[in-house]
Amino acid sequence: MKNKSARAEVVGHVFLIPWLIGFFGLTVIPMITSLYFSFTHYDMLTPPRWAGLYNYTHMFRDPRFLKSLSVTFRFVLTSVPLQLAFALFVAMALKKNRRGVRFYRAVYYLPSLFGGSIAVAILWRRIFSGDGILNMILGFFGIEGMNWIASPPTALNTLIVLAIWQFGSSMVIFLASLKQIPADYYEAATIDGAGKIRQFFNITLPLLTPMVFFNIVMQIISAFQAFTPAFIVSGGTGGPLDSTLLYSLYIYIRGFGQFQMGYASAMAWMLLIIIATFTGVLFGTSKKWVFYD
Amino acid sequence: MKKRHISTILFHSLVVLFGCFMIYPLAWMLSASFSEQTQIFQNPGLIPNPFILLNYVIGWSGMSGITFGAFFLNSFTIVMFVMVGSVFSSILAAYAFARINFKMRAVWFTLMLGTMMLPMHVRLIPQYIVFNNLGWINTFLPLIVPAFLGVNGFFIFLFTQYMRGLPKELDQAADVDGCGPFRLFWYIIMPLSVPAIVTVCIFSFIWTWNDFFTQMLYLTDMRKFTVALALRMFIDSQGQSSWGALFAMSILSLAPLFFMFIAFQKYLVEGITAGSIKG
Repeated sequence: MKNKSARAEVVGHVFLIPWLIGFFGLTVIPMITSLYFSFTHYDMLTPPRWAGLYNYTHMFRDPRFLKSLSVTFRFVLTSVPLQLAFALFVAMALKKNRRGVRFYRAVYYLPSLFGGSIAVAILWRRIFSGDGILNMILGFFGIEGMNWIASPPTALNTLIVLAIWQFGSSMVIFLASLKQIPADYYEAATIDGAGKIRQFFNITLPLLTPMVFFNIVMQIISAFQAFTPAFIVSGGTGGPLDSTLLYSLYIYIRGFGQFQMGYASAMAWMLLIIIATFTGVLFGTSKKWVFYD
Repeated sequence: MKKRHISTILFHSLVVLFGCFMIYPLAWMLSASFSEQTQIFQNPGLIPNPFILLNYVIGWSGMSGITFGAFFLNSFTIVMFVMVGSVFSSILAAYAFARINFKMRAVWFTLMLGTMMLPMHVRLIPQYIVFNNLGWINTFLPLIVPAFLGVNGFFIFLFTQYMRGLPKELDQAADVDGCGPFRLFWYIIMPLSVPAIVTVCIFSFIWTWNDFFTQMLYLTDMRKFTVALALRMFIDSQGQSSWGALFAMSILSLAPLFFMFIAFQKYLVEGITAGSIKG
């Protein structure tokens, strides 16, 4: 028996070989290295020079960093809740298996399939530019448009709209979990005289909280790393006036545009800290609002 | 009965209206790709008049003598290798996590889940330096090799969940028949995991096809460009002059995703709900 478990120990690791190589070679060692870089000045041409905490303290005196931080927070904290609210609302509407509902679900899912692509980012630039289709349609109704992408107060909103437009995959998740709620809960509630709205708040929503929680965590992690739309819509600059300078874009500009790998690494670690804080807080408060049966 | 009828009509009209609103930008791009250059920004309608294919001809001819055919071939090459690599590395790891009892299992599995939450930036720069030192810049290797090393935890997670659902009796039966873990994996577990393999293939296709950041980082020679990079190049090189051609190629770039969606909708939905991830 002992022989057998020793064998399992070996066999288990044999199957894990590719992953273990990747885990150490592409995750652990690079992470340690980038942590080291974050304490240095490094331009990739000359060896890294020790800088102590300089990169980290410099960040908070770097106006572009602070701007990019506030842009990113605005992006994450508006796009994630709105996207999930939309997803839940549409999932509720398309919950029942009526005629045509399968087709509708497919149509609503499509944008999230295409949304991450360059093609859609290009399209977005054309929709919201000065002579784009949004203004064309507004003009049709006699409303004077503006260049949404070139004006700092609205540029980020176009990216938020793009993120919300891709609510389809969250909707699919909600639809799947809505199906799991036993029908007799609703029957019992109806007998007790609870209306549709009370049923939603007292049955549906509490039972969905594990999925809502999961979605919030995953969407926040990915929203903090959003890059492509901001890069394409702003032409790689994060403009106008840094109003679309998402965190990832600024890391890219510092690291691969100006070859300040030390500073870019420090920013990467700061992002890890920010994401860890957010997920930590979510997990910490989850006992209060997430219901597990 | 009458009241019910009205609410059904109301439901359908609202859903259709909202659906049209959602799909309009895509439909507009499709229509613009078949319209004359001068018509594109004159007309918010969806029916090209006249209907022309010229944009596709101009677009396909590409840039600097490299056609879009070459860019599509590059994209497909990368996608194929990433698909094979993702299935290979993830199914092996998942078999260990789901079906083999060993002491370190829980530790490795937790670490694997942890990597899914890491922002890619914390490993990006050292990875870039290593690939640069290996002379891999301007090759497809930095895009392909990580897939063979199980870098996407979601795929491992998806396979693990799937294999945990396969009956335990299979292992016992195999054991009685003197079939070891390797043959059990090859002859029984892997063939039974075909639905999960399809799901992983679809998602690695979509994600690799839509990827822009890593491709931009590692590919700088135009002959190595993928469709995504070529499109971006197209905006810069053509300026405002040929939106029609740009839209035509954008539509073509979305076509493979659309066909995947039509053909494998069921697997796509399963993948999203099983791992509950972003599509």
